[in-house]
Amino acid sequence: MTRVAMTVNGKAVTGEVEGRTLLSSFLREDLHLTGTHVGCDTSQCGACVVHVNGQAVKACTMFAAEAEGADVTTIEGMANADGSLGTIQQAFQDFHGLQCGFCTPGMVMSAAALLKENPTPTEAEVRAYLEGNICRCTGYHNIVKAILAASGQSVPAVAAE
Amino acid sequence: MPDGGIGASSKRREDLRFLTGRGKYTDDINLQGQAHAHFVRSDVAHGRINSIDTSAASSMPGVIRIFTATDFEGVGGIPCGWQVTDRFGEVMQEPKHPILAEGKVRHVGDPICVVVADTLEQARDAADALVINITPLEAVLDMKAALAEGATKVHDDLNSNLCYDWGFVEENREAVAEAINNAHHVTTLELRNNRLVANPMEPRVAVGDYDFSTDEHTLYTTSQNPHVIRLLMGAFVLGIPEHKLRVVAPDVGGGFGAKIYHYAEEAFCTFAAKTIGRPVKWTSTRSEAFISDAHGRDHVTKIELALDENGKFLALRTDTHANMGAYLSTFAPSIPTWLHGTLMAGNYTTPLIYVNVKAVFTNTVPVDAYRGAGRPEATFQLERVVDKAAREMGIDPVELRRRNFITEFPYATPVAVEYDTGDYHATMDKLLQISDHAGFEGRAALSKANGKLRGFGIAHYIEACGIAPSNLVGQLGARAGLYESATVRVNATGSISVMTGSHSHGQGHETSFAQVVADMIGVDENQIDIVHGDTSKTPMGMGTYGSRSIAVGGSAMVRATEKIINKAKKIAAHLMEAAEGDIELKDGQFSVAGTDKSVAWGDVTLAAYVPHNYPLEDIEPGLEETAFYDPANFTYPSGAYGCEVEVDPATGKVTVVAFSAADDFGNIINPMIVEGQVHGGLAQGIGQAMIENCAYDDQGQLLSGSYMDYAMPRADDLPMFTVDHSSITPCTHNPLGVKGCGEAGAIGSPPALVNAVVDALQRAGHNVTHIDMPLSPDRVWAAMNS
Amino acid sequence: MHNFEFVKPSSVADAVSALAGEGAQALGGGQTLLPTMKQRLAAPEKLVSLSGLAEMTGVSSAGGVMTIGGATTHASVAADAGAYPGLAGLAAHIGDPAVRNRGTIGGSLANNDPSACYPAAALGSGATIVTNTREIAADDFFQGLFSTALDEGEIITAVKFPIPQASNYQKFVQPASRFALVGVFVARYADGVRVAVTGASEEGVHRWSAAEAALSANFSAAALDGLSVAADGMIADLHGTAAYRAHLVKVMTGRAVAAAS
Repeated sequence: MTRVAMTVNGKAVTGEVEGRTLLSSFLREDLHLTGTHVGCDTSQCGACVVHVNGQAVKACTMFAAEAEGADVTTIEGMANADGSLGTIQQAFQDFHGLQCGFCTPGMVMSAAALLKENPTPTEAEVRAYLEGNICRCTGYHNIVKAILAASGQSVPAVAAE
Repeated sequence: MPDGGIGASSKRREDLRFLTGRGKYTDDINLQGQAHAHFVRSDVAHGRINSIDTSAASSMPGVIRIFTATDFEGVGGIPCGWQVTDRFGEVMQEPKHPILAEGKVRHVGDPICVVVADTLEQARDAADALVINITPLEAVLDMKAALAEGATKVHDDLNSNLCYDWGFVEENREAVAEAINNAHHVTTLELRNNRLVANPMEPRVAVGDYDFSTDEHTLYTTSQNPHVIRLLMGAFVLGIPEHKLRVVAPDVGGGFGAKIYHYAEEAFCTFAAKTIGRPVKWTSTRSEAFISDAHGRDHVTKIELALDENGKFLALRTDTHANMGAYLSTFAPSIPTWLHGTLMAGNYTTPLIYVNVKAVFTNTVPVDAYRGAGRPEATFQLERVVDKAAREMGIDPVELRRRNFITEFPYATPVAVEYDTGDYHATMDKLLQISDHAGFEGRAALSKANGKLRGFGIAHYIEACGIAPSNLVGQLGARAGLYESATVRVNATGSISVMTGSHSHGQGHETSFAQVVADMIGVDENQIDIVHGDTSKTPMGMGTYGSRSIAVGGSAMVRATEKIINKAKKIAAHLMEAAEGDIELKDGQFSVAGTDKSVAWGDVTLAAYVPHNYPLEDIEPGLEETAFYDPANFTYPSGAYGCEVEVDPATGKVTVVAFSAADDFGNIINPMIVEGQVHGGLAQGIGQAMIENCAYDDQGQLLSGSYMDYAMPRADDLPMFTVDHSSITPCTHNPLGVKGCGEAGAIGSPPALVNAVVDALQRAGHNVTHIDMPLSPDRVWAAMNS
Repeated sequence: MHNFEFVKPSSVADAVSALAGEGAQALGGGQTLLPTMKQRLAAPEKLVSLSGLAEMTGVSSAGGVMTIGGATTHASVAADAGAYPGLAGLAAHIGDPAVRNRGTIGGSLANNDPSACYPAAALGSGATIVTNTREIAADDFFQGLFSTALDEGEIITAVKFPIPQASNYQKFVQPASRFALVGVFVARYADGVRVAVTGASEEGVHRWSAAEAALSANFSAAALDGLSVAADGMIADLHGTAAYRAHLVKVMTGRAVAAAS
């Protein structure tokens, strides 16, 4: 067992891990941050995306020991300080960018990374950036709209009432 | 009237937990002292198990117990929920489906034994120390070869690999043959509906628990229908009565059919928890899901359409081989039969139809319902053969469809169902408008200038949803009823809990169901809580599949709410000293007609629970009602879909540049949610048609056993969709006039896409009449260069 | 996966000595190795993490040669290799954004997946693979599927790419893995054109010498007109026949030439 220490969502945390303990397992099982999901074992679905030192990574494809000393942000760290939804989260709700919710944490984390790199992406750039995030429910239509809306760009509203 | 209610695009309340990482999925549940199960699965498609030596593995660190088939002697097999009777009046062949393989393994992934250990990694480490001796046998894979005389049998104790040979409508067999023989024109098409893997993003999970003090079992599972699991597992597998078995399906990360069925892992974890005296958890990996979740589709079909000289359809005949896989999954036998044959009329007046289906056992993962289930297979072959006929006869594909549309309702098809309502010209008109069909030639010219081939494909579909009238499905072989239930519990302060047997795993019931009750009573929808997914909290329900939740579950909720309103009016009448018949309910206020007397909803609910001034001799205290709703008929959503593609002639790569869907779902509760359902269905249908393919090699090894080889549609594979649901012919037999929208997108889109690619290639002068799905670049390129 | 000892050295020298033991293996970004270990197809006893070693990280250019540290991520190359646009463009489309933030050039080259992108860039550039002990020409480095000239415990510390006059990489993606079904890297140098093909051959990454000759004489897609690629030896799988891959090699080469900048 190895002792690891890192900052997760602004809080210093420590834990005892095996070499083989994945960052996703450490977050889910040791820290009980179960918002980070594991949807595949080939590093493709992206449900586990978190930020490590500000960069989007797949928490299922990184050992916990590799995050020693790192600053980690998960979906649980994305709401505003008062607990209200952050801009991207709110756009996902407003534009119905989620259905079953399983891929959603990874989608939000990838969207946040995209908008940091590229504050006003085109539709094509959003779609390209989501190459590593698979959603089976939404057909991506409303995810793409939500991300464009979160970037401050004008997109058509959801279905007229 | 408060905001919201029926017809509003209310934002989803469930999103708050999903967007903040607070959803509670089954894998998020960890019980005190839980052990972990690792399933050791066959790596050969077919083989005889000679021996299993667990001695070395048993002494590995953390190992609690290793289970094999011998531990399940006296335990039932996994049951099949539907018995099909063949065209000779004989019931289907039904093999035993053991929890762990007995004597033989029958597909790659067939579970052989289970290691239970303190940690999952310990269980996996120990599994490596198992010594399992298996003699491989010839793998039965090709369905037609499987039916040949002397073929190797998947199940030694069955007569053959034929599950059933089903004819429908058998009495029409000769008449259809005669009509085809004498027709002016017959269009024939042979095609394969490719095998798919449902791939909800959340892999399956089961956690079993047992309380020795009460003899109560609890199973937490990723299910679309926890009551069905309780019934099947309790009554048929483990012999646990309902009152000692609780099944909880908490937040479930998508289903698409694959989470309907009762699986061995659920029974195992429930069983093992009692055996070892600790909770037992199993979490599927994605690779494991590919070899243990039921697959979908996998039909091989020949279809013949007979037409007269004006293009009127005279007769239709289809001959299908349907792959069952190695065992019969819960609803498997019904998919190629009653959910497929009954839809072969489509939207058309074809007077004579005969459907023959041979269901075949093979050494592959069991096949069952996947989004659409039988109806996509019916729609695909029908809409492909209609398109091919149009091209052969030189009639515009839209016009040929219009000439044959059913226009008078109710309409009794020659395949046993009666469409209550629809307007197919309206949906076709709407499609042509929203897809700018008229502007296609201009866009095609632009594509050509860019070196691309553009095509437009149309499909019109019908489906049977709102599954299903129990007495009807009982006659057809279902071993269950298909009603739905709801309990509406009004609390003293007027808030409302609705306990529904429907299960939400992405559909947004917690929002849309609340909208319905809010609308009926006239209270804010935030006063209403929707409870689902726990057999200890909700009345017996049949769950969510077949686009049935709002049509059947919603109707049960309406009936229960009507009972609530009736009783509340009695209480209001008493409070206002008026006649019950004079009480009106509007916007949450009860008033006496023609007066200014009124009491609020909260006054009445409080009186029901604090019955100080209350007619106890006439009315019971409390305000809680339950209703079970059994539909009178299926519902029949329909729609017109248009797909526009560009083909790169140098590589064969198909790009979907536009996709439009004009649906008639009857009345709509939440348009935002409905559109989301269509988007998701379209993505799955486009995925099937373009990239998804579950394939085995000639040894029965799964070639597409992970996301490295099974292509899931990604954001950059798809365009923005244009969807419309303004063509509304309300269902005539349920109280909301709703039809259901969950599967439509996956049903109508594959033929539209294939029709579009064929259109693109034919416009470019290629004599291509069909390409089997998925239309991968290499297949399209090969078709262009053959 | 099997358990192992995790070692994080602070220098290349420490890494080399940590790798000297039996059963030790280098860990780059882990984007291929971790999934392999999850399947229990690899079971190192010790993993020596190379990521974050400053002396193996970064992109620099001097004298017409771009040097990239072995532990440099794909994202860093995409961002920092602007002086070699063909290479930066290739790096920008490996995997997906999260994979690019972890995966490294050294890890990719050492793995030599027959469908990976970087081997095409290294071979197509005539790059030099620099290790802790020696320098290896790309033409000698790649030795068939998942096989390289690296010895046990040898670490790729850097890769030196001669910067061409023009270059481009065209990837035709396999729809599931998003690896190259066929990828072609074309680089035009003063002394000739190099064409490297990945994804297509059962022998792994390789050069297409006939195209190199034709393009060296006439650097235009039309120069390929008379050429054909034999289907023999091409990979045939669920996603494409050998004949299709052979066809794509030519199409992608033509597109790379047309797009080269």
